[in-house]
Amino acid sequence: MAKHETPLLDQLESGPWPSFVSDMKQQAEVRAKNEDNIDFQIPVDVVEDLLGVLELSFKHGRTHWKHGGIVGVFGYGGGVIGRYCDQPEEFPGVAHFHTMRINQPGGKFYTAEYLRKLCDLWDFRGSGITNMHGSTGDIIFLGTTTPQLEEIFYEMTHNLEQDLGGSGSNLRTPSDCIGAARCEFACYDTQDLCYHLTQEYQDELHRPAFPYKFKFKFDGCPNCCVASIARADMSFIGTWKDDIRVDQEAVAAYIGGEIAPNGGAHSGRDWGPFDIQKEIIDLCPTDCMWMEDNKLMIDNKECNRCMHCINAMPRALRIGKETGLSILVGAKAPILDGAQMGSMLVPFVKAEDPYDEIKEVIENIWDWWMEEGKNRERLGELMKRQGFQKLLQATGLEPDPRMVQEPRSNPYIFWNEDEVEGGWTRDINEFRKHHQR
Amino acid sequence: MPSVEFMGKTFTVDEDGFIDSYDNWCQEWVQWVKKEEGIDELNDEHQKVIDVLRDYYEKNGIAPMVRVLSKVTGFKLKHIYELFPSGPGKGACKMAGLPKPTGCV
Repeated sequence: MAKHETPLLDQLESGPWPSFVSDMKQQAEVRAKNEDNIDFQIPVDVVEDLLGVLELSFKHGRTHWKHGGIVGVFGYGGGVIGRYCDQPEEFPGVAHFHTMRINQPGGKFYTAEYLRKLCDLWDFRGSGITNMHGSTGDIIFLGTTTPQLEEIFYEMTHNLEQDLGGSGSNLRTPSDCIGAARCEFACYDTQDLCYHLTQEYQDELHRPAFPYKFKFKFDGCPNCCVASIARADMSFIGTWKDDIRVDQEAVAAYIGGEIAPNGGAHSGRDWGPFDIQKEIIDLCPTDCMWMEDNKLMIDNKECNRCMHCINAMPRALRIGKETGLSILVGAKAPILDGAQMGSMLVPFVKAEDPYDEIKEVIENIWDWWMEEGKNRERLGELMKRQGFQKLLQATGLEPDPRMVQEPRSNPYIFWNEDEVEGGWTRDINEFRKHHQR
Repeated sequence: MPSVEFMGKTFTVDEDGFIDSYDNWCQEWVQWVKKEEGIDELNDEHQKVIDVLRDYYEKNGIAPMVRVLSKVTGFKLKHIYELFPSGPGKGACKMAGLPKPTGCV
C-alpha cells in the first residue's frame, strides 16, 4: 500500500511510453521489501515521499522545493545541487533531496559492471533514483541527505575511480557525440579531446573561478549530435579541408535503387524512387554539385560542408581526409540578454594530441573573460558588450570573412587612433584658420 | 528555522548552516563555522578573507566575485581552498556571516 494517494500521477501510468511513475513505484516497492537487506542510509520511503510531494505539486500547480541550497564536499566548490522540500513534516523522506552530478564517460558508453557498482552505492546511500543523463551530460544521482555527500564522494573516488561533475560558476562537465567510436562522419576523435580537456581543466571544473558558468561540447561533424552550437560557450565541431571522397559505383547503386537513401531513415513512408537531382543536387545550399556522364561531380572549393549529400548517401560519399575542427563561441540560453548560438571564431584547426593550439584559444578566451566579464555574464554576452573585435584581440586571431554572415550595415565604425593619420589630438584654432565661425 | 547553541550564544540558521542575519554575526559564530567546515586552526589569513568579505558586503551589498576576493586578499583561489576547504562560497561567506550564495549553483 502506497504511503500517499496519487490519483493524478496514476494517470501517467497508462499509454505506451515508459512511465516514470511506474518506475518510481517499482523502486518504492523494492526499497520497502529490501530483499537484499541493504542498510539504507536515507529514509526507506524517500521515493514514496517524492511521489507524494510531486502529487501535491500536480494538485497545486506549484513547486514544493525551497529556494536554492548550498551543500558540497570539501575541496570542491560545486558538483552537488542542494535541495530541501518546503513541506518537510508531511514528506520527511525528501526533507533533504540533494542532487549529485557524476562525470560521465565519453559518448556515455558503459559496462554493466560499472553501472551495477554505481547503483549499489546509490541504493545504499541515496534514493536509488537517477537521471540518465543531465542535459550537460552528467550522470545524475537524484536525492540524498547532506551527511551522505562525503560518504558517497569517498566511495566513488576510492572504489570506483569516479569523480563529480561541475556546477556553479565554473567549467561544467564537458560532453561529446559518440564520434569515431561508431560514426563514419566523425572528423576527429571527440571522445579523446573531450576526455583530454576534462582532465586538463579539472581545477576549473571543481573550483568556481569564473564570472559565470562555461561549457564545452564536442561534435564530430556539423550534424551536431551533442548540439554544441546551441548549448556550449565553446563549441568544437569537426570538419575537413580537402575534397569529399566519392565512390561513383555506390552513387550508381543509389540511383539504381539498390541502396536506400539516408540509411533508410525515411522508409516509413513512400517518397517515390530516389531522385538524385531532386534530393541531393537541387538541395545543395551552394549549388556546387552536378551529374556528368552519369558521375556525380562536386566543386569542393564551393562546398560549405553542410553534410546534406553525405547524410543522404553515406555509402557513396565520405568526409575528406584532411580533417580538423571549427571552434564557435558564445552560445547561451535567453537569460539575460537573449539566446545565442555559437559564432565562428576558428574556422579550422587540426585536432591532434596534445591539442596545444586548441588549449591556447581556450586559455586566451578565459584570460579575457575572467578579467573583463561582469558578475554572471556569459561569454556570449561579453562578446556582445565589448565586441567581436575584442575577442579577436584576446585570442590573437586575424579577422576573416568566415567570421561574419554579412558585413555590418551601419556606419558606426570605430578606428584605433594609431590607424588614423594625425591622431585624435586636434586644435580648434587651427581648424578656424580655414573655416570661419 | 533550526538554531544552534555554541559558546553561550544562540544562532538561527537555515538548512545549509548559513546565519539568518548578517547583523547576528560575532566571533563565536566564526568559531562555530570553523568546526563545521573542517578548519583546524584559524589564522590571520582566514581573518583577512573574512574581513575583506564583510567590508565588501557592507560597502556593496553583495559578495565579491571570486576574482575580486583573490585580488584584494592577494590569495590565489587554490590558497583560498586551502584555508576554506568548502571554497569561498560555502566556506568563507558562511563564516563571514554573508547571505547564502544563490543562482544556478
